[in-house]
Amino acid sequence: MNSLQSYLLLSSLLFSIGLAGVLIRRNAILVLIGIELMLNAANINFIAFWRFGPAPSALTGVMFALFSISVAAAEAAVGLGIILAAYRHSRTTDLDQMNSLKG
Amino acid sequence: MTQAIDQIFVLTKHWLVGLVPVGAQPLCSAILSVAAIIIVFATLFAITTWLERKGLGRMQNRYGPNRVGPFGLLQPIADGVKSLTKEDIVPITADHAVHFLAPVLLVAASLMGYAVLPIGRNMVLVNLNAGVLYFFAVGSLMELAVFMAGWSSRSKYSLLGAMRAIAQMISYEVPLVLASIVVIMQAGSLSTVSIVNMQATYSGIWPHWFVFTPWGFAGFVLFMVAATAESNRSPFDLPEGESEIIAGYYTEYSGFKFALFFLGEYIGMFATSGMAITLFLGGWSAPFSFSFLTWIPSYFWFFAKLLALIMVFIWIRGTLPRLRMDQLMNLAWEFILPMTLLNLLTAGIWHFMPAGSLRWLVCGSMVVVPCILLSSRMKHKKKLQVRIYHYSE
Amino acid sequence: MTVSFLILAVLTVAGTAAAMGLRNAVHCVLALTMGFAGVAALYLQLGAQFVGLAQIMVYVGAVAILAVFAIMMTHSPESANSPVFSSQWSWGCIVAAAVFAVLARAICSSAASAHVQPPQPDATVQQIGDALMHRYVLPLEIMGLLLTAALIGAVVIAMDRREEMK
Repeated sequence: MNSLQSYLLLSSLLFSIGLAGVLIRRNAILVLIGIELMLNAANINFIAFWRFGPAPSALTGVMFALFSISVAAAEAAVGLGIILAAYRHSRTTDLDQMNSLKG
Repeated sequence: MTQAIDQIFVLTKHWLVGLVPVGAQPLCSAILSVAAIIIVFATLFAITTWLERKGLGRMQNRYGPNRVGPFGLLQPIADGVKSLTKEDIVPITADHAVHFLAPVLLVAASLMGYAVLPIGRNMVLVNLNAGVLYFFAVGSLMELAVFMAGWSSRSKYSLLGAMRAIAQMISYEVPLVLASIVVIMQAGSLSTVSIVNMQATYSGIWPHWFVFTPWGFAGFVLFMVAATAESNRSPFDLPEGESEIIAGYYTEYSGFKFALFFLGEYIGMFATSGMAITLFLGGWSAPFSFSFLTWIPSYFWFFAKLLALIMVFIWIRGTLPRLRMDQLMNLAWEFILPMTLLNLLTAGIWHFMPAGSLRWLVCGSMVVVPCILLSSRMKHKKKLQVRIYHYSE
Repeated sequence: MTVSFLILAVLTVAGTAAAMGLRNAVHCVLALTMGFAGVAALYLQLGAQFVGLAQIMVYVGAVAILAVFAIMMTHSPESANSPVFSSQWSWGCIVAAAVFAVLARAICSSAASAHVQPPQPDATVQQIGDALMHRYVLPLEIMGLLLTAALIGAVVIAMDRREEMK
C-alpha cells in the first residue's frame, strides 16, 4: 500500500462520513457541516494528487484547493444565512419538520 | 566579542544539543527552544502583572502592591502560590471535558504564535515560509477557546461574555490582518525573518523601519488598536467588563484554571505586540546605527520595544474608559476597516512613486485626510439623541 | 504509510465521525474543528504549507465559529429531547457505506495510484503568489466577485426584517 492510496482511502472515508451525516442528521446546520466535510475530502484528493502527481511544479492541485476553500467559506456563510432565515420563518432547524415549501 | 554576546543563546543551544546523540538532536533542539520561550515569556508575564498593578496604582493615586518583598516585587510569586492552592471549583451543570480543555487550548494557542517571532538575530524557532499567515491562523484558535470557556460554564454571564468576545475578536481580526498586509506588500514575503532583515538596514543613522513611512505609521497605529481589541484589553474589555458581566467568559473558573486564562491573555498580548514589533518596528534591529551601540545584543532591543509597548498598553488601560458595544462595532467597521483598505492603496502608490518629498506629500495626505474626514463623520453622528433599545421594549 | 500519517488519519476520522454522530450540536462542532485541524495537518504533511494554514484560518477560525453562532441562535429547548437522526437513518448509513465500498474498490484496483513516491515538491508562497497573479488571475478575480456577492447575500438573507414590517 503506497502513500497516494492511503490518502485517497482516507479522503473517501471522510467523504462517506460527510455523506452519512448529510443523509441521517436532522439538524440543518449539521447537514451543512456534512457538506463541508465532503468538500474537505475533495481538497485532500487535490493536494494528494498534486503531491504525488506527474507535474507538481504547475501547482494546479494547490490552486484548486485554495479556490475550493474560498468557495466553501462563501457557501458556509450563505448556507447558514439561509438556515437562519428559515429558522426565523418556521421556528425550527429540524429538517424532518421543514417539509412545506409554502410560506 | 560583541558577536559572542549577541549569539550567546544560539551558541549555548548548539553546544547543549551537541552533547546528545545525533539521532535525538532535532528533538532536543526543539525542546530546548520551546522551553526557553515558555520560561522567558512566563517570567515576562509575572513581571508585567507587577508592572501593571504598580503603574495603574500610580495612575489612580494609590501605591499598588507593596507588601511582599521590596516594592512588592515578589507579589507575582504570592499570586501564583495563591492560585495554585485555591480550590478548583467546577459548576455542577458544566460540561466538564470542555470546561477543562478551554484554558489549556487558550494557553497552547497563544504560545504557538511565538514559533515564528524572531526575538533576536538568528533567534527564531522556525523560519516558516508563510510565517505571518501561521501567526494569524494560530491566533484564530483563541476564539474557539474563548467560546468553549463561555459555553461550557452554563452561566449566563459566561455565555454573554463569550459572545461579546467572539463578536469583537472576529470584527477586529479583519483590520488586524489588513493592517499587516501593507508590510507584506512592501517586503514581498510572508516570512517574519526576511521582513525583519529588510528593516535592519540603515541610511545614515536611521533604520528602514516600516513605521517611518506614512502607510507604515498608519498601519502600525491601526494594528495596535486592533491588537488591543483582539487581546480584550481596556478600553475594549467589554467581554470581561467586571462591572457588567463580572468577568465574562471566565466567571466560572477558579484557582489555577483562572490563572491559566490570565496567563493566556497576557501571553497573547505579548505575541501580538511582538508581531507589531516584527512587522513595523524593525524586530531586533537597533533604532540608530551608532558604532558605540553595536555591543548591545539584538534580543535586548526586541525586549526593550516589547516592554515599551506593554507600558503603552498599561497607560491606555489607566486612561481610557470602556467603550459601549455599538461604539466598538462602529469603530471597527466605520473607521478602522476603511482606513486599512485605503492604507493598502497608499502603500501601493508609495511603492510605485519615485522617492522624494512629493511621495511623502501624496502618501501623507492620503493617510491624514481620510482620517480627519472619517473621524469628523463619526463625531458628527455622535450627537445626543434618543437611543432606541431594540430588545428591551 | 508512516506513523505520523496514521496518527493524523485516526484523529481526523475520529473527529469527523464524532461530529456526525454526537448528540449535542455544539459538541459536534467542537469535534469537527478537531477533524478540520487534522486535515490541515495532513496538508502540512504533504508539503502544502499555505493551504494547510489557510485551512486552519478559514475552517477553524471562521466556519466553525459561524456554525457555533448559528447553533446558539437557533437553539430551542424542546429540541433537546427529539431524536438527532432522521427516521430513515439506516438507509443513509447503507448508502454512505456503499459509496465508500465503491470508492475504496476503485482506488485499490486503479493503476494510477500505483506510482512510486516522487521527491517532495515545494510550493513556496512566492510560487503560489506568482501563479495566482499570472496563470490563475481570472479565477482569482471571479473568486473575489463570488466572495463579495456571498458577503452581501448572506447579510441580506440573514438580516432581521422586523423594522420593515413595523
